[in-house]
Amino acid sequence: MAKHATPLLDQLQSGPWPSFVSDIKEEAERRHKNEKNVEYQVPVDVCDDLLGILELSYKDGTTHWKHGGIVGVFGYGGGVIGRYCDQPQMFPGVAHFHTVRVAQPSGMYYTSEYLRQLCDLWEMRGSGLTNMHGATGDIVLLGTTTPQLEEIFYELTHNMNTDLGGSGSNLRTPAACLGESRCEWACYDAQELCHQMTNEYQDELHRPAFPYKFKFKFDGCPNGCVASIARSDMSFIGTWRDEIRIDQEAVAAYVGGEIQPNGGAHAGKDWGAFDIEKEVIDLCPTECMWMEDGKLKINDRECTRCMHCLNVMPRALRIGNDRGLSILVGAKAPILDGAQMGSLLVPFIKVEEPYDEIKEIIEGIWEWWMEEGKNRERLGELIKRQGLAKAIAAVGLTPVPQHVMEPRHNPYIFWKEEDVEGGWDRDIADYRKHHQR
Amino acid sequence: MAFISTGYDPSKPMEGRITDIGPRHFEEFYPPVIKKNKGQWAYHEICEAGILMHKAKGGDEVYTVRCGGARLISVTLLREVCDIADKYCGGYVRWTTRNNVEFMVDTLAKAKELKADLNSRKFAGGSFKFPVGGTGAGITNIVHTQGWVHCHTPATDASGTVKVAMDELFEHFTKMDLPAPVRVSMACCLNMCGAVHCSDIAILGYHRKPPIIDNKVLDNICEIPLAVAACPTGAIRPTKTEHEGKTVNTVAIKQDRCMFCGNCYTMCPALPLSDKEGDGLVIMAGGKISNRISRPKFSKVVVAFIPNEPPRWPTLAKVLRQIVTAYAAEANKYERLGDWAERIGWERFFEKTGLEFTSHLIDDFRDPAYYTWRQTTQFKW
Repeated sequence: MAKHATPLLDQLQSGPWPSFVSDIKEEAERRHKNEKNVEYQVPVDVCDDLLGILELSYKDGTTHWKHGGIVGVFGYGGGVIGRYCDQPQMFPGVAHFHTVRVAQPSGMYYTSEYLRQLCDLWEMRGSGLTNMHGATGDIVLLGTTTPQLEEIFYELTHNMNTDLGGSGSNLRTPAACLGESRCEWACYDAQELCHQMTNEYQDELHRPAFPYKFKFKFDGCPNGCVASIARSDMSFIGTWRDEIRIDQEAVAAYVGGEIQPNGGAHAGKDWGAFDIEKEVIDLCPTECMWMEDGKLKINDRECTRCMHCLNVMPRALRIGNDRGLSILVGAKAPILDGAQMGSLLVPFIKVEEPYDEIKEIIEGIWEWWMEEGKNRERLGELIKRQGLAKAIAAVGLTPVPQHVMEPRHNPYIFWKEEDVEGGWDRDIADYRKHHQR
Repeated sequence: MAFISTGYDPSKPMEGRITDIGPRHFEEFYPPVIKKNKGQWAYHEICEAGILMHKAKGGDEVYTVRCGGARLISVTLLREVCDIADKYCGGYVRWTTRNNVEFMVDTLAKAKELKADLNSRKFAGGSFKFPVGGTGAGITNIVHTQGWVHCHTPATDASGTVKVAMDELFEHFTKMDLPAPVRVSMACCLNMCGAVHCSDIAILGYHRKPPIIDNKVLDNICEIPLAVAACPTGAIRPTKTEHEGKTVNTVAIKQDRCMFCGNCYTMCPALPLSDKEGDGLVIMAGGKISNRISRPKFSKVVVAFIPNEPPRWPTLAKVLRQIVTAYAAEANKYERLGDWAERIGWERFFEKTGLEFTSHLIDDFRDPAYYTWRQTTQFKW
């Protein structure tokens, strides 16, 4: 018998999509039965009370979680989000309901052995509820009490060789797509670079020293499966500089209808026979492709590597061999000054151990942002305030047309004195010799 | 409930302390076929909805079965994932960036058997536990935030609205019958932990009432200058007021300048915004992240407000259906929702979807607003 009646939430049990309500309700029952005699370290009715407080929100249309609360583990300034409910008398099981962010392995591959360890830990020392994964990429352990935090951290670091993730004004847990591990389009080892940069900057991740949050995301190619261009202050997107590799036999097989276009992604509807002119050549944004004597030709110099032709014909077209990545900076959600997409900072950089060139770019940007950024000013906002040219200068690059979509619309150029012949120091008396008042 | 120590001694926090070790190295978790063929993949195809095949240059094949699920998942369900991974996949499993679970096997026959098994597992409440799909030109799982389950600033619930949305759009999760992928995202307030601002369809929680000022405690629990500085429209100023016979330091809010972002509440807990009638949803559409064909683009507000209607948010479900149905019927193959809207013109988008255009949809927030107005005589009747 459930502790709280949840007539509203119960209506979210029907329908095909997996019901989080069903899952939590079943978890609540299992905690009460406790067939494995787990020595629960947080209230046994934590799941019941979570359902209870959520039902209350469904009834009165507002949240019942209080604002913040500074809790954490010794020596770290992030990784734990303090959370308390505003009706602790009604729902004591979730009076304290802190979140623990756990660093996920880059690319989010797991063994069942590891996950079971995590489940055992979280069943005993937390609510038994998780997010796989949080929006930034962490494994999120949802709901525990303050005395458990050090215990959880001890267990994670000592027995699972795993650290906490980031929160607050620090480097947030970086995330990558699965990259070369299972994708033919990965232009660099996104998982490895993500892992290496995560470990290189552990201090920045755990100890807040930035004006505000800072996110890294690593996309293996311009398809952008980890959404770095929209969601990270510094976005690393794989690309190449040479030619798309063409297998003309496979092109012919696509044209002849032997291979499904786009890997069969449109199989749920009859779109008719594949038409390479209509589906590939005419859709190329730079019009740099054509058919000649039954062969596909690409003027690679004009190609902007949008990925469409490769996506449509993965067996015929392959990414180039001279690979690396582009770095874009400043993406963020609308708070405060409106949403921003990442802007191109580094058109191309090789990805080679020990990644010194990439680290120089990262550290150049951080140095500038930490010097010039105001409290709670995201990198993108600083770039807007001071201009992209300052960001380019901060990492010591030469401005190139690739940095902009088009040149500026106004001539309001902030010339520097040293750039203007003769300097700015002038004498009015001299001027008046030639110009009467 | 006796306290059980792991071995940590609070009086000596540094003793044996391990810090700054980061995540586990991902290679420890690679299935053997992934480890062997990393960087050597030749191509992939989607065998059927929810089953991908990746072929390595050396001839190896890996079949991936993708299934959706709630992002909020219990340890019991997680253990069931482990059981499935043990039974079919040598104990390996992975998650996608959109909260899908992927199981990898070595033959199509095994993949199909696994798909059938996954589709057979249901909660006592009736819903699927691991519905297979989410591949190709369809609708995959929704990335989202915490909502009323765990957050202090939401204007709506996340898990509930996502459940409603995926129930409504489920057929497109299991069939690849759309012109291109439609990425749906959900964030329960403007902070957008879920960064929904570049999604084909974004569901966004939004407040519509200015903060209530808790004069009794404001000066004790807030730094007034920070609260003032937090306001992007300069609507907040420091002031003094009479409270229970005493003069207290507090803030005053110019309510007609408030655009309900909640940034002041982030800085000052004495300025709560949430309200049953005030809070609800904004629907945005036409954003994308990929560079494919067209540039990445922001989502645009197409419905200014939908009231919170828990538990099943029927208006939300109806609006999603309207947008997806019009797009599915009208867009060209490979054309993302935003590209379709731009090709036909946004005036046509409102006509085709049947959504109402209101004054709220004309941008008036700073510079970017101008660039969204029509500086041409070219438009459609």
